Amino acid sequence: MQKLSSEQVAHVARLARLALNETEQERFAVQLGQILAYAEKIRELDLEGVEPTAHVLGLTNVTRRDEVRASLDRDEVLRNGPEVENGYFRVPRVVEEA
Amino acid sequence: MEIHELTLTEVQDLLDRGELSGTDLVEGLYTRIDAVEDKVQAFLELDRERALAEAKEAGKAQIAREADPGPRAGVPVAVKDNVCTMGWKTTCASRILFNFRPPYDATVVARLRQQGHTVLGKTNMDEFAMGSSTEHSAFHPTRNPWDLTRVPGGSSGGSAAAVAAGEALFALGSDTGGSIRLPAAFCGVVGLKPTYGRVSRYGLVAYASSLDQIGPITRTVADCALALGWIAGHDPLDSTSLAAEVPDYRTFLRPEVRGLRIGLPKEYFGEGLDPEVRGAVEKAVQQLEEGGAAVLEVSLPHTEYALAAYYLIAPAEASSNLARYDGVRYGFRGEGSDIVELYSDTRRRGFGDEVKRRIMLGTYALSAGYYDAYYLNALRVRTLIRRDFEAAFQKVDVLACPTSPTVAFRLGERTDDPMQMYLSDIYTVPVNLAGLPALSVPCGLNHEGLPIGLQLIGPPLSEGRLLQVGYAYEERRGPFPRPQL
Repeated sequence: MQKLSSEQVAHVARLARLALNETEQERFAVQLGQILAYAEKIRELDLEGVEPTAHVLGLTNVTRRDEVRASLDRDEVLRNGPEVENGYFRVPRVVEEA
Repeated sequence: MEIHELTLTEVQDLLDRGELSGTDLVEGLYTRIDAVEDKVQAFLELDRERALAEAKEAGKAQIAREADPGPRAGVPVAVKDNVCTMGWKTTCASRILFNFRPPYDATVVARLRQQGHTVLGKTNMDEFAMGSSTEHSAFHPTRNPWDLTRVPGGSSGGSAAAVAAGEALFALGSDTGGSIRLPAAFCGVVGLKPTYGRVSRYGLVAYASSLDQIGPITRTVADCALALGWIAGHDPLDSTSLAAEVPDYRTFLRPEVRGLRIGLPKEYFGEGLDPEVRGAVEKAVQQLEEGGAAVLEVSLPHTEYALAAYYLIAPAEASSNLARYDGVRYGFRGEGSDIVELYSDTRRRGFGDEVKRRIMLGTYALSAGYYDAYYLNALRVRTLIRRDFEAAFQKVDVLACPTSPTVAFRLGERTDDPMQMYLSDIYTVPVNLAGLPALSVPCGLNHEGLPIGLQLIGPPLSEGRLLQVGYAYEERRGPFPRPQL
């Protein structure tokens, strides 16, 4: 059975901003390995020269007029914020003082 | 006759004749909900007072328009909890959105409201629509009304169970890899996944944007035609919605299949198909043949690769779409002394295991060194799947096959084995990859009394034809039994 290494799982978890504990890392290593082993099936196909389909409609550049329109009410939107202050969402300090 | 025993079509007639009002419907359905919801647990949010207030308001607006009455409306609709509804929480059955109240309506909901319809309640689902059993809801599982020890299917399990149990006449679901059709099949109701772009996705919480589509779940095909007409159409707020005109889908409800060419894709009748499911689907096709349809075998040779491609593409899109849940603007917030710690703790505690698995899988498939081998090649397989269908539709008008290889499985049976769970969707996933419409219609019960679904697949924008074939089949099949609750 294919299995991802603990380091690989930790790396992907870091990219995805998911803090995992060791038990979770171990469990996901096995489960993701199984799913990827199944996904490997597509390697049986000769895909040389086949155009990828990202989207079935084949649409490009759907544009609209650049007009000023009403947007969502700020107070309504902020009402969902876990921490809000003076009309802003509050988060821990991101930029350190010089 | 109790309200919960009526079809949507019958209710529409009663509304038109002024013999029933929206508030009567809310009262009637909540009476049914009071009686059976303890057993089924189809809903995440129920609020009789709010639903009644909405119905009263819609009734008044309608009376104000009396000069041009038109068809009366006022149907309270059960809405899957990943569709934004003003006044009702929209949690996606996730802890990370446990208290989210959208500041806007999804376009489908806005359309329903404009026509005088209202919201009945919000239905349970697999978290962020990721699952095939509704067991991945962060709040509680939903039970299959036909057998309370079994799953209703997923991810729109709450919507399908509510309709099957008579708690709703019409429910909205969403289908990314089978999430309308599978629960419709497991619960013995009708479910339609429209052509990609037929129904606006604006306000549908995104899982895999190139595959997601909203559609109706109802008790009969005629009800489905009525409901689709209410929600379909172009929307300037969704640039992927199609401009094509919306026909009156009820005009397709003729029990006529003479001259129709039905294809049986041989890959959908192979290994892993439950013999009773096969038998029921073959019998249904035979009934259509007796009605004058021509039946021939066709091949969709890349079918066996569809699920593998799906489980690379959908998680890749999900990993990007779900990046927005960071505890800053809405929902649950974890703890952390810096911003990355805050994000990571929010996401660790806010997401359930299945969502984490798919985010990880997608992140991996898109990461440096794997992008070409996994993601890009999966998109190439998607092209081959599309071509398979295009070739088949040169020979036939519709494809008929099972919706799922089995009937509803037991609660807990597949939760420990993600791969087993994914295999439930083996016959539904290819349709999403190709962006096609597909309809699931109940076609019998197995020896345990569990429903079986017939899936009809058509070329883009052939919803009318699918409804016609579904209706013709229903007429030959006769009324479908209801679960005893």
